[in-house]
Amino acid sequence: MMASTPAFFISFHSLKVLFADLIELVGFGESFGWASGLLAAMSISFLIINVMVMATAFYTWFERRMIGRFQVRRGPNRNGPFGILQPFADVLKLIMKEDTIPDAADKPVFTLAPIALLAPTLMIMIVIPFGTYASDQALLSNLNIGILFIVGVTSVNSIAIFMAGWGSRNKYAILGSMRGAAMLISYEIPMALGITSVLLLSGSLAMTQIVESQSIWFILVMPMGFFVFMAASTAEMSRTPFDQIEAESELGSGYNTEYSGIKFAVLFLAEFMAPIVTAAVVTTLFLGGSQGFEFLPGGIWFAIKMFVLIFLLLWVRSTWPRLRIDQIMGFAWKVLFGLGLFNIFLVAIETGLAERFEQVIKITDASGEVVSTSITTDYMLIMAAVNWIVTIIAFVILANFVGKKKYHRPEPTASPLANMGAGGD
Amino acid sequence: MSTIRTEPVTINLGPQHPSTHGVFRLRVTFDGEEIIDVEPVFGYLHRGTEKLAESRNYVQIVTLTDRMDYVASMSNNLAYVRTVEKLAGIDVPERAQYIRVISVELQRIASHLMATGFLLNDLGALATPLVYCFRERERILDLFEMLCGARITLSYMRPGGVFQDAPDDFWNSLNTLISDFPNYLDELESLITTNEIVLARTIGVGLLSDTQAVDSGVTGPVLRAASVKWDLRKANPYEVYDRVKFDVPIGNSGDTYDRYYVRLQEMRESIKIISQCIEQIEPGPVRTETPYFIRPPAGETYSSVEGPKGELGFYMVSDGGISPYRCKVRAPSFINLTPLKDMLTGWKMGDLIIILGSIDIVLGEVDR
Repeated sequence: MMASTPAFFISFHSLKVLFADLIELVGFGESFGWASGLLAAMSISFLIINVMVMATAFYTWFERRMIGRFQVRRGPNRNGPFGILQPFADVLKLIMKEDTIPDAADKPVFTLAPIALLAPTLMIMIVIPFGTYASDQALLSNLNIGILFIVGVTSVNSIAIFMAGWGSRNKYAILGSMRGAAMLISYEIPMALGITSVLLLSGSLAMTQIVESQSIWFILVMPMGFFVFMAASTAEMSRTPFDQIEAESELGSGYNTEYSGIKFAVLFLAEFMAPIVTAAVVTTLFLGGSQGFEFLPGGIWFAIKMFVLIFLLLWVRSTWPRLRIDQIMGFAWKVLFGLGLFNIFLVAIETGLAERFEQVIKITDASGEVVSTSITTDYMLIMAAVNWIVTIIAFVILANFVGKKKYHRPEPTASPLANMGAGGD
Repeated sequence: MSTIRTEPVTINLGPQHPSTHGVFRLRVTFDGEEIIDVEPVFGYLHRGTEKLAESRNYVQIVTLTDRMDYVASMSNNLAYVRTVEKLAGIDVPERAQYIRVISVELQRIASHLMATGFLLNDLGALATPLVYCFRERERILDLFEMLCGARITLSYMRPGGVFQDAPDDFWNSLNTLISDFPNYLDELESLITTNEIVLARTIGVGLLSDTQAVDSGVTGPVLRAASVKWDLRKANPYEVYDRVKFDVPIGNSGDTYDRYYVRLQEMRESIKIISQCIEQIEPGPVRTETPYFIRPPAGETYSSVEGPKGELGFYMVSDGGISPYRCKVRAPSFINLTPLKDMLTGWKMGDLIIILGSIDIVLGEVDR
């Protein structure tokens, strides 16, 4: 399993070696050996930030064009071919705008909030393995607790949104960020439950191991887990139908009401980066990461899967109305929480049985210590069959108990107060 | 141990708020997300229409009425010219009456499309249903352009008829529209009427009982959604409404969903009315010759029509001169806001927006 092919993508280790050699070459090897790691980390951060910002810029263009198509209009098409330069025009405009800070605002908090929102979103990309199967090919680091890192880092989001709302000292902003705090914390639980079921199957916290253990994609093995995770992460990035934090039609624009200029640009950068990052995480956890057919490199397959997910999120965004705040909270605690727990229960029993029937592959490192465990393909197929049936039954039952029954509008009876005059029927 | 203290927050919703449909201002007191008090503030779009009318002659006032309910100019025109005709005793040729009914019903569809689209927008659907509604509304506006050259501020009607006959192209386009439109409505319904989120958000929200509705003087779809079968087109038929067959759709409980659904059904009824009018209309003059300066005999009168938003009435006093002594407008948007406080209290912030959206106000008419 552990193919020892040389790293194809730029990795932290290859860069560190490169910089160490460079420092050696210049002749500072004795006193500046430590700097190689720092330089490697800085170059990778530089790479991630720039790639992600550019990706987000084009994503905003793509989203606006697609939503234009959904809404029988053209979308931005003036700047450059197909309007592709629109994001640059937008950023230029926002940079040149006056950066206003309200008098009553808590200035440090107000200023830090956009950064606090953007940084965790960028940090998630560090542990995403874009490359092919070899485990050394995560971008910055093949962290052995990669998924835990993601869960930890995303929870900073709610603090950042609360900072933005509280710092701007605006009633709409506070209302939005209060909703945000309640909602984001609630949805972190189903999200974590969805991740836990993945961990049970893959037997490892490392993102690369999770990808490797998906001899069958986890979306096929446990569709319920995928649903729970997708719904929860849609709420985490507060997009329709869970966009209570902004809720243009209710709160103006919620927590970012008071922001302008470059701060607003950074807030929106974070917001539009969220779907990309979410798609990357979901691809890694449920869609087999960079797995794919031979004729294209793994990175391309990863991008294709991300693109499909992004389009799915965009589709939902452009068509669905928004739920009310109490309905959103109810959905988190009554539906997703229950489904998530049930899914874990199911997967735990199945993996327990796998061990009993000796369907577990133990992956060991050089010294013979067990690094992670995964489940054989045959057993996963059986699991998939069972889980799909259970999922469909669970959804039908849930839809009948929790959801509204198909609405039959009762035949209206005219009120006795009606007194249609002479010409009445 | 310190205790947690909460206090109500008063928020100024508007006049510059995206969902108040103009420059409407609500001072809302919230307890958390829940509304405990509402105080509407009007007048940001007050242009003194009624006062301006006193210094214009009877034909010129038609242009003022366009700018009241600016998404339903035809209905305003009709309500006004009918009052002048009643005051001055002017007869209207039959063909003009048919054309008036056709254009007013088209305007009703256009106005209800706006109401439905903006209600969905208020529900948070990112303008997609709104744009679909606008697409169809554009076709109606194209028809109006054929009739009189204008699309929004139409000024099509004159005391004594309409200002010109409809061109031949108009009838072809109208036929295409009314044959397409039921399909479009089916499409809209399949997207919205059974959408789980729309149902969850609207059913049982913003209840207005029939007694409450009648007591507060509400008219139009808001009244009919509260199961009160009251429609001036049937109760007091004007123009040629007594010669066409149509139903008056009503709701069950007077919630937001009923208000949406009644509008949707009214659009279907309007299509029925238009197609019957097309069958019945016959060639003839479209305007009675009237002097440019109409001098009605001294006296006063009130006349009203069923506008898209409710009973739209004009009360006019003439002193025998070329302009009215007094011109008072009974604006349905304004009077439909009367039960607003009862409807909103106890609901949440998100409900406030959709309840306001389902009443369907136009600020040009509220403030005049």
